[in-house]
Amino acid sequence: MVSGIDIVLQGVLLGGLYGLFAAGLSLIFGVMRLVNLAHGDLIVLAAFVILALVNGLGLPLPLAVVVAAVAMFVVGYVLQYVVLNRTLGRDILPPLLLTFGLSIFIQNGLLEAFTADSRRLSAGDLETASIALGGGLAVGVVPLMTFATAVAVIVALNQVFYRTAMGRAFRAVSDDPVTAQLMGIDNRRLFALAMGIAMVVATIAALFLGVRANFDPSIGPARLIFAFEAVIIGGLGSLWGTLAGGIVLGVAQTVGASISPEWQLLAGHLAFLAVLLVRPRGFFPRAID
Amino acid sequence: MALLETRDLSAFYGDFQALFGISMAFEAGDTVAVIGANGAGKSTLLKAICGLVGARPDAVVFDGRPIGGLRASEIMQLGIAMTPEGRKLFPSLTVEENLLIGADHRKGSGYWRLETVYELFPGLEARRTAAATALSGGQQQMVAIGRALMSNPRLLLCDEISLGLAPVVIRDIYAAMPAIRAQGTTVVIVEQDIVQALAVANKVYCLQEGRVTLSGAPAELSREAIHEAYFGH
Amino acid sequence: MRDPVTAATAPHFRIEVRTRLSTAAAVAGLCVVAALVALPWYAPRTALKDMFFVLTLIGLAQCWNLLAGYAGILSIGQQAYVGAGAYVLFALSIFLDLDPLLSIPLAGALAALLAIPTAKIIFRLNGAYLAVGTWVVAEVFRLVCAQIKSLGGGTGTSLPTDVTSGAASVRFLAETMGVRAPVARDILAYWLALTFAVGIVAACYVVLRSRQGLALAAIRDNEAASESIGIDRARTKFWVYCLASLGAGLIGALVFFQTARISPAAAYSVTDFTAYVLFVVVIGGVGTIEGPIVGALVLYLLRDQLASLGAWYLMLLGLLAVAAMLFFPRGLWGSLAERFDIHLFSTRRRLVMPRAEPSEDLQPLPHMIQEEH
Repeated sequence: MVSGIDIVLQGVLLGGLYGLFAAGLSLIFGVMRLVNLAHGDLIVLAAFVILALVNGLGLPLPLAVVVAAVAMFVVGYVLQYVVLNRTLGRDILPPLLLTFGLSIFIQNGLLEAFTADSRRLSAGDLETASIALGGGLAVGVVPLMTFATAVAVIVALNQVFYRTAMGRAFRAVSDDPVTAQLMGIDNRRLFALAMGIAMVVATIAALFLGVRANFDPSIGPARLIFAFEAVIIGGLGSLWGTLAGGIVLGVAQTVGASISPEWQLLAGHLAFLAVLLVRPRGFFPRAID
Repeated sequence: MALLETRDLSAFYGDFQALFGISMAFEAGDTVAVIGANGAGKSTLLKAICGLVGARPDAVVFDGRPIGGLRASEIMQLGIAMTPEGRKLFPSLTVEENLLIGADHRKGSGYWRLETVYELFPGLEARRTAAATALSGGQQQMVAIGRALMSNPRLLLCDEISLGLAPVVIRDIYAAMPAIRAQGTTVVIVEQDIVQALAVANKVYCLQEGRVTLSGAPAELSREAIHEAYFGH
Repeated sequence: MRDPVTAATAPHFRIEVRTRLSTAAAVAGLCVVAALVALPWYAPRTALKDMFFVLTLIGLAQCWNLLAGYAGILSIGQQAYVGAGAYVLFALSIFLDLDPLLSIPLAGALAALLAIPTAKIIFRLNGAYLAVGTWVVAEVFRLVCAQIKSLGGGTGTSLPTDVTSGAASVRFLAETMGVRAPVARDILAYWLALTFAVGIVAACYVVLRSRQGLALAAIRDNEAASESIGIDRARTKFWVYCLASLGAGLIGALVFFQTARISPAAAYSVTDFTAYVLFVVVIGGVGTIEGPIVGALVLYLLRDQLASLGAWYLMLLGLLAVAAMLFFPRGLWGSLAERFDIHLFSTRRRLVMPRAEPSEDLQPLPHMIQEEH
């Protein structure tokens, strides 16, 4: 019984990490209907940027994350403004192929720069710290922080979306990009801004990715799959749904892993396909679209 | 000098030419009606002015500045607001947000702000937190006009604002025109419904197949002339 | 309203499919195929292996092109069927000791059967999300294969020599041609690759010239409108998906018969069976039959010259794909064909008539949207 609760609890906390992976993806899909196949690799890129800042420049981890977030914002902004904006349109093939090419480029660039070795971000004693919940249950501090951060990020993104002029513009462009221009909104800049914000979220995800487990240049696509599964399970266009999707995926994976380590990934994917069969639009689809 | 001039303006959709050398001049304070049958090029004219359809730079001159081919967002920030055909409210935004977004990228200095728009269209304020698309057609049209006014434009373009509305609702909407003109705003009204448009306009252009077939002050134009310009022979 | 076009002014139009150029190309194509059939008699073994690579790539790319370029199904998970075909081949060879001439087609067919339930699930997704769904399916296939301990689990296994070099068909070939068994196996694999590639190109050509081909073009151009003119979109897409999966399964079985060694990572490789394939179609030109052929030759040249650069080579491929999408979205062949109006495989019906006038109600394209021509 206790171990059953423990498995679910660990799964929920793991879902926080997947929610973080997915939040950026969900944001840019919501604003510009762009499906970014390089999202996972961009998260891994952010993790390597943090690593390089810590190891190369000797920055403390929190400062390195802030610097990396700024750098990734610029990367996202420029990438969207200069490259991706040119491919947006009714045909989804060009952006999909382009981001796939980008994914291959980033993976192999990282491989060339950092080798295929597994790396980890060091958070000192925090990594092993845990909080006892009584009854033999305990949760790690890092997983708990991951989950809390995922909730905080989603609250913050929702505040931006529903309380600011920028969020208003994001929603308007998402509804109707042509009419949005008549409001004086420059779609190109707004899309670039959305990608920049998504990359800041990706950097936060990268921090927890790197502290919780090892990473190497090849793991981006797998993170991308988890992120997509979370978004689709949750229902397109809802950030809380995305977190819920992450939790479903996380729980399925930890339950699978408790049966056999080999079953962790398979159980997650099967849960995703099962949700598709039952609720093809996910659990919390947005009314419009 | 005219506030807005089109000089030999032509517009294309791909290979298809929709406008053929349109020359018009709107003075500050004018209320201009552009009338014509379906497919005459009226909407294209407005889209070319507000930047949704490309044009030669000097084919559209606003306040002495060539603006043809600028991005729609840049043109809006210069002070040209558009109420698009079909209203095109943002469904994800509330009524109030739809109004506010009109002022997010250009406030202008002028009379129009949330309170004054609610004064102009009583009834909207009570629905301010409703989703814009939950409103009646007439109220949606009022939000669309209010949204355009929020930027305190110097030139307001209204595309088919009476389309699909009941006559009594159309009368309510046109009742707002004097208040809008009172702020010195130049208004261009594109309509298929000639009666309303001619009643408020001091200048009228009739388009037919992408060309101006008639222009002048409504009072000086005979019914027959308008009929001929509208329908052709 | 404008007058409808009256009978007196109705334009005289005609519809052409074949052009003089396409007829010449068909003759030249037959000559090329004949030369390729005879290749084992005058070319060294390495050339056979190179051509094997090019031909299997053409087959896979053609299938993907049929999916994405014509049916609008974006899949980044066709490695699912490559891997499934390969694993079924290994199972048939190892457990039932079937001859490759029999087991390879059977493996392809069984892989295609897997596409039926898969399609039922993933076709609930649309557009880009469908793409990710196909990828998840490929991952599931990979993870399931890694569980099959009798086929080597996660580390994989090899084909025993009695089903490769010792197979009846290989021994027969070795005897009649007077070569050693491993060479005979390469020749058999090569001929099968040639058969599959030509077969798939021909099948695509036939499909696209048929009524179904018109239906596909209609679906690609406008899903909603195609529905309204009575095209059963779901059905057409379903069949195209199964057909493309059959192609992938056949080629997967063949590729791993040739290498004689399998592992989940290799059989379900995203790089080998999706990245390369996407690159080939993008570089050659989406939505043309010639494009994937041109793209496969380009990739072969790049690989031949640059593969030793390792990660830099793959970075270059990624960058080239990005650049192609930005500057030549129609690919090498698509750009050339448009510029010079060449259509070797003339699948399009050409209508010669005066220009129609669209109505003013056409929505102008916003700045964010590019023309899809």
